[in-house]
Amino acid sequence: MLIYIIKRIFLAVLIVCVAMLLLLSAIHLVPGDPAGVALGPRATPEMREAFRVRMGLDQPFIIQYVKFLANVVTGDLGVDVWSNKPVSSIIGAQVPHTLRLTLLGLGWAVIVGIPLGCWSSIRPNSWIDRIVGLISVSAIAVPSFIIAVYSLLLFTVTLRWFPAIGAGDKGDPWDQFMHLVLPSFAIGLGWVGYLARLVRASMLETMGENHIRMARAYGLPTAKITYVYALKLAILPTVALLGVGVGGLLSGAVFAEIVFARPGIGKLVYDAVMTRNYPIVMGGVLVTTILYAASTLISDLITAALDPRVRENL
Amino acid sequence: MEAKKSFSDSSDFRRESRFSNLVQLVKNPLGLIGLIIVIAIVSSAICADWIAPYDYKAFDIKARLSGPTWDHLLGTDNLGRDTLSRSLYGGRVALSVALISVSLSLVIGLFLGMLAGYGPRRLDSLLVLIFDSIRAFPTIMFALAVITIVGPSLNTVIAVVVITTVPGYARIARTQTLALKHTEFILAERSLGAKPIRVMFSHIVPNVIAPLLILASMDIPVVITIEAGLSFLGLGVKPPTASWGSILNLGYSFIRDTPWMVIAGGVPLILTTLGFTFLGEALRDVFDPKLKKD
Repeated sequence: MLIYIIKRIFLAVLIVCVAMLLLLSAIHLVPGDPAGVALGPRATPEMREAFRVRMGLDQPFIIQYVKFLANVVTGDLGVDVWSNKPVSSIIGAQVPHTLRLTLLGLGWAVIVGIPLGCWSSIRPNSWIDRIVGLISVSAIAVPSFIIAVYSLLLFTVTLRWFPAIGAGDKGDPWDQFMHLVLPSFAIGLGWVGYLARLVRASMLETMGENHIRMARAYGLPTAKITYVYALKLAILPTVALLGVGVGGLLSGAVFAEIVFARPGIGKLVYDAVMTRNYPIVMGGVLVTTILYAASTLISDLITAALDPRVRENL
Repeated sequence: MEAKKSFSDSSDFRRESRFSNLVQLVKNPLGLIGLIIVIAIVSSAICADWIAPYDYKAFDIKARLSGPTWDHLLGTDNLGRDTLSRSLYGGRVALSVALISVSLSLVIGLFLGMLAGYGPRRLDSLLVLIFDSIRAFPTIMFALAVITIVGPSLNTVIAVVVITTVPGYARIARTQTLALKHTEFILAERSLGAKPIRVMFSHIVPNVIAPLLILASMDIPVVITIEAGLSFLGLGVKPPTASWGSILNLGYSFIRDTPWMVIAGGVPLILTTLGFTFLGEALRDVFDPKLKKD
């Protein structure tokens, strides 16, 4: 298990490094000039040159990349173009908002999606199963930012049940929660569908196995067989998927933060794109990529801890 | 005589099986609904020039931000442009972006996947590492980073979509190629002196194309969503081009004045993603029941 953990962590670090190398080389290769983009068309050549030197863009590509990695390791992500504050502290202030939103979205999706999948797997092809299946497919298909905009229209603009702008009063947890309800609903809805489908499929597979048939033959209650014996096995692919799910939720969170005007990495990076604030964008992309890699890492480690077969395959 | 008969029998059989696939597709209620929606959306996008009541960039400043009227069935936007017409033209943008980027991804992914599967081992490991790294970005973050550098345009959107979806195709093509590589008919072909190019294009491609086409049909709603999402953020199409995302963007800015723009941009988007998803799932069930598990 220890060897697996070390290998898996190494792989996660490697993938983040290669991903950033790809991104930096893509930026290096495209005809656009970051200095020109950041300073706008009216900048003089001297200003552009000064910007290039300040951002280290005048050096050879490999040096830029190595410096970038070295700075990242020491927690230095450069300085904001406009305010000259360190990027790491600007992003660090936004991370908790995004994490809270993502985890709440994932949380309600797990709490609703997994029982829904179990429930529809008890009687496959019954009308309950078909309706759950239809709702799941629809929830997966509809883009989360549309759900965000429509829930804003319905619950905030028309009914005025939930607030929209900001993250709520700092000292008032209830107010903060009210601000989180709609965004987390919007980003989690698709995952309710995914989880319901996935759990249903792996439950049906598990239900046919010998130990479940044995439990049935002993006359154990259906609820106990379903939720205790079968779910324990059927949950494995779900755990593996949840890690990947965080990546999708982070993308959804970007839209939810913009639609509901909430603070968070998504809103920060979006505003930075609009003001061509290159260091903030790169820092934001790096931090979300690390969050994503960390979440797949955690879910893989949990899967490996639960299922010894997985450990052999890396 | 006997041989001729059996030949015609087999061709009859083939026709029947093709026909029965279609019947199976239509028999699946969701598949049928999906097919109807997709046909309706595609034909309204193609015929936008004839069925749209107004030009999508024609101003009528006196009638700005109006609700539905007989003149403007879905109301107008902040410049008095007819929302229904813009929505119809928006379908064109969504579908053409989806078609272009999905076909590009399929071709590039097929090629890279075969290269990884058939080529030397080192190349394979390198390509797999690159694919995994591309998948390590949350899609929208990657898009935002690229757009900061290149600037927003429809071509940027297509490029972002192609880069982020190629790994999906390449992985499938690679796995299938690896499985085929050591089968007897490929070995026979190679021992007859066939060059790798010939083996790949005339023997491996026909065997890996089916699952890729199914993935492509399921990717269409995903791509439409990405385009609409980026246009919604103001990072996709440039004004005055109409896209469902840009209609939503304007509608969001004026959401307290009129709900109609948000409805006119969102409902066709929802219908299209639902239609393509239903159709894609039905196609997958008909043509490749093995994939159903995932």
